[in-house]
Amino acid sequence: MHPVHAFLLAATVPPFLGAVLSDYAYTATYHVQWSNFSSWLIVGGLVFGFAALVCSLVGLRRADRRGGRFAVSLTLILAICVLGFVNALIHARDAWATMPMGLVLSVIVAVLACAATVVGFSTLRRRVAP
Amino acid sequence: MTHARPCALAALSFALAACGGSDPDPTQYGSDPPLPELQTQLLPTMGIAKPAEWGNQQPTVPPGYAIKAIATDLAIPRQTLILPNGDILVAEGRGGGAPKLQPKDIVAGYIKSMGTSPVKGGNRLTLLRDADGDGSYEVQTVFAEDLNAPYGLALVDGRLYVANQDALVRFDYVEGATRPSGPPVKVTDLPSAINHHWTKALAASADGRFLYVGIGSNSNITERGMEAEVGRAMVWEVDAATGAHRPYATGLRNPTALAIQPGTGQLWAVVNERDEIGPNLVPDYLTSVREGGFYGWPYSYWGGNVDPRVRPEDPEKVAAAIEPDYSLGSHVAALGVAFSNTAMGEEFADGVFVGEHGSWNRRDPVGYKVVFVPFRGGRPDGPPVDFVFGFRGSDGMTRGRPVGVSVDPRGALIVADDLSNTVWRVAPVR
Repeated sequence: MHPVHAFLLAATVPPFLGAVLSDYAYTATYHVQWSNFSSWLIVGGLVFGFAALVCSLVGLRRADRRGGRFAVSLTLILAICVLGFVNALIHARDAWATMPMGLVLSVIVAVLACAATVVGFSTLRRRVAP
Repeated sequence: MTHARPCALAALSFALAACGGSDPDPTQYGSDPPLPELQTQLLPTMGIAKPAEWGNQQPTVPPGYAIKAIATDLAIPRQTLILPNGDILVAEGRGGGAPKLQPKDIVAGYIKSMGTSPVKGGNRLTLLRDADGDGSYEVQTVFAEDLNAPYGLALVDGRLYVANQDALVRFDYVEGATRPSGPPVKVTDLPSAINHHWTKALAASADGRFLYVGIGSNSNITERGMEAEVGRAMVWEVDAATGAHRPYATGLRNPTALAIQPGTGQLWAVVNERDEIGPNLVPDYLTSVREGGFYGWPYSYWGGNVDPRVRPEDPEKVAAAIEPDYSLGSHVAALGVAFSNTAMGEEFADGVFVGEHGSWNRRDPVGYKVVFVPFRGGRPDGPPVDFVFGFRGSDGMTRGRPVGVSVDPRGALIVADDLSNTVWRVAPVR
């Protein structure tokens, strides 16, 4: 995995995690600004997610990276992009119409982002090991 | 095709909007409209007007009536006022400018702007005069300028009241003048923070002591926060002499036009209801406005139908919510209301005219016309009748969008059109 690819993948974690926290804050306080924060954090996460997806697709052409873990990583990134986009649309709804689906999707996408990063970085470790 | 890009964007939103074919118009009129189940979609269904020039076409009116453009090249005409000498004042402006809080606001704002006029709002009043009474308004002159998105207009005893988007102001007016006698005097500030729904509708009580100001909500359904809604979605009663004000009725999401019923002095309003819960929810309505009444927004619609998008909930408010008098249909966007008189002809003598700007939150467009709601015994009675229509052509293009309506006591309906920047006059053929 290229360092830039690794950076992009890891960069999806903070915004998607932030979206979970601010979604939770919205459910706890009903202050709609938390929902607005989530909307932007999800867009931010998607920017890195789609960039990481492009890196993966480019990497797909390189035969030596078509290992099992790479396939898992690619699948996870794809899932992040698709579910993250759906979550962005859910968060475009007004007020409480984002809930509970918005929080559920935010949690799923954040977990996927963590998993994709761990799996992606493990390919890095394998390549570095003798 | 200069609109290629927005079309593609709109097409994308159509494609992404959850399945489902058309949005049939369910004849959702009258006092007991059918209210379907709430629908939530991944993307709100949009059907944005595609503007076109009138060319040599005109809106359609019933047999026995004629329509004529009496003023063109205006700068976003909204509401009109007939002065005692027959002159017409036209309020021109475009207010709002609420900040974009979500990524959605940027996308939706851009798409919706495609269906409106690109002209800059005039922030002025234009006076139209037909000195010889032939139905042609040969004078078109600026009456007052440097206003702030003026909308509602009312005249009481030589005092012209103008509801700007941020304040109610007053001019001294002498009959026959083409300019006010002096600069505007502020009567009272009006709620203007954010100003999501910026239009300030205006009507004067029959005795002239009070002014009623319609103040719209600061959001579709509280998505800008509950704090932003303090003092919004209500009708104020303002003491004309002192400027003191109090809420007269509340829970009215966006009361876009007010009118006093001749004879009874009762205040009536047309109100625009909430979006994004389906093509046939929630009906915009015409209602008599009860003093102290609560009409549901944001907690519920059409009486006690709870809107689950609002948190925290308020069951007490829901229980207190009044059902409006008359449904005009969902998303028609009623922006004008005026009581008729006998000079309009027998068939259209008793009732109100309602200007419908037209829908965006629906695939099959509705509105885009002026309807007549017949009254009997002082109450709406019977389905609305199309009075001025054909603003959307059979070619799918939109040539005009009605806003304010006024009835000339001499027998004419005046319609402001903020897409073609025209004022239309409809009169019986004599």
